[in-house]
Amino acid sequence: MAVSVNEAVPAGPVRDRTPPARRVAGGRGRSVLEVVLLAVLAVVMLFPVLWMIETSIKENRDVYAVPAKFIDFQVTLAHYRDVFVAPGGGRSALSVAFLNSVLVAGVSTVLATLLGVPAAWAYSRFTLKAKKDQLFFILSTRFMPPVVVVIPIFLMYRTAGLIDTPLGLILIYTAFNLPFTIWMMKGFVDEVPPEYEEAAMLDGHTRLQAFRKYTLPLLVPGIAATAVFALIFSWNEFVFAVFLTSSDSVRTAPPAIAGLIGGTTVDWGLVAASSVVFALPVLLFAYLVRKHLVAGVTLGAVRR
Amino acid sequence: MGTVTLQGLRKSFGRVQALDGVTLDVPDGSFFVVLGPSGAGKTTTLRTIAGLEKPDAGSVHLDGRDATGDAPADRDLAMVFQNYALYPRHTAYENIASPLRARGRSPGEIAEAVDRISGLLHIERLLRRRPAQMSGGEMQRVALARALVRSPRAFLMDEPLTNLDLKLRVEMRTELSRIHRSLGATFVYVTNDQVEALSMADRVAVLKEGRVQQAGTPAEVYERPANRWVAGFVGSPPISLLACRAEGDRLIGTDGWSLPRPGWTTAEDDRPLLLGLRSEDLSVEQRGDASLPGELYGLEPLGDRTVVDVRVGTAILKVKARPTISGSPGERLLVTVDLDRAHLFDASTGQSLSAATR
Repeated sequence: MAVSVNEAVPAGPVRDRTPPARRVAGGRGRSVLEVVLLAVLAVVMLFPVLWMIETSIKENRDVYAVPAKFIDFQVTLAHYRDVFVAPGGGRSALSVAFLNSVLVAGVSTVLATLLGVPAAWAYSRFTLKAKKDQLFFILSTRFMPPVVVVIPIFLMYRTAGLIDTPLGLILIYTAFNLPFTIWMMKGFVDEVPPEYEEAAMLDGHTRLQAFRKYTLPLLVPGIAATAVFALIFSWNEFVFAVFLTSSDSVRTAPPAIAGLIGGTTVDWGLVAASSVVFALPVLLFAYLVRKHLVAGVTLGAVRR
Repeated sequence: MGTVTLQGLRKSFGRVQALDGVTLDVPDGSFFVVLGPSGAGKTTTLRTIAGLEKPDAGSVHLDGRDATGDAPADRDLAMVFQNYALYPRHTAYENIASPLRARGRSPGEIAEAVDRISGLLHIERLLRRRPAQMSGGEMQRVALARALVRSPRAFLMDEPLTNLDLKLRVEMRTELSRIHRSLGATFVYVTNDQVEALSMADRVAVLKEGRVQQAGTPAEVYERPANRWVAGFVGSPPISLLACRAEGDRLIGTDGWSLPRPGWTTAEDDRPLLLGLRSEDLSVEQRGDASLPGELYGLEPLGDRTVVDVRVGTAILKVKARPTISGSPGERLLVTVDLDRAHLFDASTGQSLSAATR
């Protein structure tokens, strides 16, 4: 449950990518209909989030109250304390899982970006043998759902000694994010006219200098957008994390939160509080780069 | 020094043969125009000179030295792109300074050079602006300044005036000629506009389907086109072509007309020929020895002159006439032909049969 809720949250930045529709002078009835439809949609989309937030600050007896209490409940931050602090004091297993998630998602995103952006530039700019086939091959690695390959990867990892290590997760997330990064960044690089680099080369720069000085700065919005998506994928990833890690010290947040459910009693308050904590970094990051997510690439000095 | 010599350049993109053995000789200090329709390989030729395309075969010599494999930065060339390619995040000043900065000149030297060139092009007031804040004509001048700020071996220009409106284009033509004269540098200029070619060039190469059709002075290309294609591409209104054959001392048109055979042609009897006639060598107002009967098809008044379309058999002749001429379609006319200035082409190969002897 925690996972499905959190997958719904990043839908916000995804929708934001399309520029706001220009308001066409329409009838009053039309705008009323728009508002009603949007309100219905907002309630449907946001109710689980709202319920999660409410649950995270309710006293346990209010969580289990029948009929459910919407407003008149006792507010408490005890669940949030439990997310970070173990019952006997010291660090909780969940807080370690959150740190692991930060490490794994962060490093794999950086790696995918460092490898993917130059690759995308090369695929966009150079004539390569069987370029389309290569790109299709790269994309095809994303055709299969992770579940299909998790067993072979598990066996490979066991032989290679990567089971239950942060490095193992970082590698697999990088591998999964790389095709996406290459494809998305290739679109952004295609949008930057090659003439900037060519002019720079005639100015006296090498090809790599020309790329770094003139093309790369124009790609920053695209890189930000791509990195956010890669980060969200790594942050939310559940299947590989559950199969390839087992110890509390390596485990990332999604399997750790899912692990709270089960057993004889479920501490729904703790589940909700950890879900909120889990959702916040992604929301914050998407909020910080929202301008880049919307803006895309700035095109300036070229007449088309 | 600034000579560019291309020897047998070939380049294909997939199945498209862009260059099919291009050989050109650009003399030092010339305004060399590469003229041709779109898809002729003009831009590919220029990009190969610049080092932005690698030829499949052939060589590029700069100042007599083989530079075929050199990086663009090492060729000491400057280029103006069709879309200007001004760096969007830099001001005009930074754009113009970039080739000097890339070559490690001192700030004082750079400031002096940018000042000088922006004075020459009258763009002092644009220096603080970014490309997005400039009009097309202003961007064009800044792009030109970025090329002219150095004194490279040669300047390469890829249809730099195409994106400008007509008035500005005429102004910039004059200005480019002026700049070329004052710098005395080598210009290689690509265009599909024959007016630009004829008005600015001191040498023209006409390109079609990756092959040089003819190279020479603008007057040579206009007066003595090497083949029917060059004759048709250069000149406005286009040259009129009439199918005919030689028979004794007469030229007999396929449509039945007959003209005295010009003394200069060596074409043997009964060979299928094309008679090429430019509008200024035809007249409906004067009488002469050689004339063709036809009927008025239409009038195109152009202000300073009127082009009279005359139907002769199945062909339409474009005839230059005074602006006040009038007439109604269907009217019978006699078109006087200046046979000394006419062109004859082999109808099957298209090669000129008159160029060599005049």
